[in-house]
Amino acid sequence: MVVVDGVAKRFRQGATAALETCSLEVRARELLCILGPSGSGKTTLLRIIDGLLRPDSGRVLIGGTEVTAPRPDVAMVFQHFGLLPWKTVYDNVAYGLRVQGRPEPEVRRVVPRYIEAVGLTGFEASYPYQLSGGMQQRVGLARALAVDPAVLLMDEPFGSLDAQTRELMQEELLRIWRSHPKTLVFVTHSIDEAIVLGDRIALMTHRPGRIREIVDVDIARPRDPEAVRLSPRYLELRSYVWQRLRSEVGARGAP
Amino acid sequence: MNALAARQTRRARPTGAPASAFPARMVRLVSLGAGVVAWEVYGRAVHSPIFTYPSAVAAAGVDLVRTGELPSYLGSSLVVFSLGLLLAVAVGIPLGVLMGRRAMVEHAIDPWVNVFYAMPMVALIPVLVMWLGFQTKAKVIIVFLFCVFPVLINTYQGVRSTDARLLEVARSFCSPEGRLWRDVVLPSAAPFIVAGVRLALGRGLVGMVVSEFYTTITGLGYMIVQYANTFRTDRLFVPIVVLMIMGVGLTGLLRSLERRIAPWHVPGQE
Ligand SMILES: Nc1ncnc2c1ncn2[C@@H]1O[C@H](COP(=O)(O)OP(=O)(O)O)[C@@H](O)[C@H]1O
Ligand SMILES: [Mg+2]
Repeated sequence: MVVVDGVAKRFRQGATAALETCSLEVRARELLCILGPSGSGKTTLLRIIDGLLRPDSGRVLIGGTEVTAPRPDVAMVFQHFGLLPWKTVYDNVAYGLRVQGRPEPEVRRVVPRYIEAVGLTGFEASYPYQLSGGMQQRVGLARALAVDPAVLLMDEPFGSLDAQTRELMQEELLRIWRSHPKTLVFVTHSIDEAIVLGDRIALMTHRPGRIREIVDVDIARPRDPEAVRLSPRYLELRSYVWQRLRSEVGARGAP
Repeated sequence: MNALAARQTRRARPTGAPASAFPARMVRLVSLGAGVVAWEVYGRAVHSPIFTYPSAVAAAGVDLVRTGELPSYLGSSLVVFSLGLLLAVAVGIPLGVLMGRRAMVEHAIDPWVNVFYAMPMVALIPVLVMWLGFQTKAKVIIVFLFCVFPVLINTYQGVRSTDARLLEVARSFCSPEGRLWRDVVLPSAAPFIVAGVRLALGRGLVGMVVSEFYTTITGLGYMIVQYANTFRTDRLFVPIVVLMIMGVGLTGLLRSLERRIAPWHVPGQE
């Protein structure tokens, strides 16, 4: 579904590459987590997949066609939420549909459905600054889902939320993804989050960023995150991935 | 509400300045009242034909309203002022956005803005009157020139300070440039634009009065020149007070709009 083929990116001439011959295949309707320490180029990779950034070499194919610019069938959920502060929840969720020129009757039909899916019914007229971080990111998620993308990209969407909200949002995401299945690329730096959510986990190396290894999670769905965290498979994966990441952290001489 | 506002003002006072026992609003009113009374007392005592005092100005004002002179001249001034300002807003905002979004336009317009904004525009009035004539059109253009640069510059700066992350969100959702203006750039620049219009108001009033000095056919500026030449100081002060009220009123209106236009700037507000 999504093929990343030898993508490399260097932001400045002479600087260390942010990404180096990075290759990855995401299967249709799977939830793939990209896990890596901060600064390993996860955001850069996601921006390239979304068409926001052109790679220096290599290419990205989605559904067989090369990505050269942002496309309407790929949507992104941002770590910084990226909500328009001057628009209400309703208008933020409707944003993608409207800029893509969908007819207003369709907007009126679709938007309430996704507002309900993320549990924000009753907040349609609120502004982002009146909502908690978790609620703001629900808006971000609803906005991305509303355009019914074939591919959903999520860049550490819960990274700035407190631990409890974060776990709640993970459960919500699994529930929503079950009823609206998509090819989902989920970037995180949390091992726990990657195991709880992912079908597979792509481990990234630290600068220059590259996919080092892909781990099969192999935990049955539907998942209950609480139960997953108590399972032996979770502990096994956790220590395996941790070892791999630790050697990565060690490789750059950090404590 | 008032007491609360006063308390907040006091808390915001830098340490070292003693907190006043009187509410700020009351002190202001008393100060203003004392000034007017002092003027009245002194003015009556002076007994000079070219000096005047508030009650005489008020009486002259009633006179000028009754004869219809003030309403008619105020009307013609307002037409000049509002047309010039509207034109400045209609040109300044789109041009400012273009400057902020297109490097080519930015480089093309930037030197002109620098030259005209830095120079005292009044210096151009005689030549403009010579070229454009004495009619409303000339005065509208002068007011426009006084107003357009603050609007243009503030819009441009507002556009440039748009959150790059939001621009990327718009790009990610495949927003066309026109929608981007409407959805992201203009709302984000709105507080800057309103502040620009507020600055333009003050300059526009100056442009209006001075252009009326030069064209001397009609308007508040014409009234001022006419009554100064005939030493009717009480009448002379009527248009001055009207200008004062216009300046304070319009600026206050824009300030309150500035505060209201971006409630998201105050996090956690209900
Ligand atoms: N726009 C940019 N300009 C210059 N350097 C950048 C830019 N974006 C990212 N980088 C650099 O590229 C590297 C990878 O960044 P990023 O993709 O944000 O990593 P991650 O999302 O994994 O934390 C970092 O070293 C970062 O400083
Ligand atoms: Mg990142």
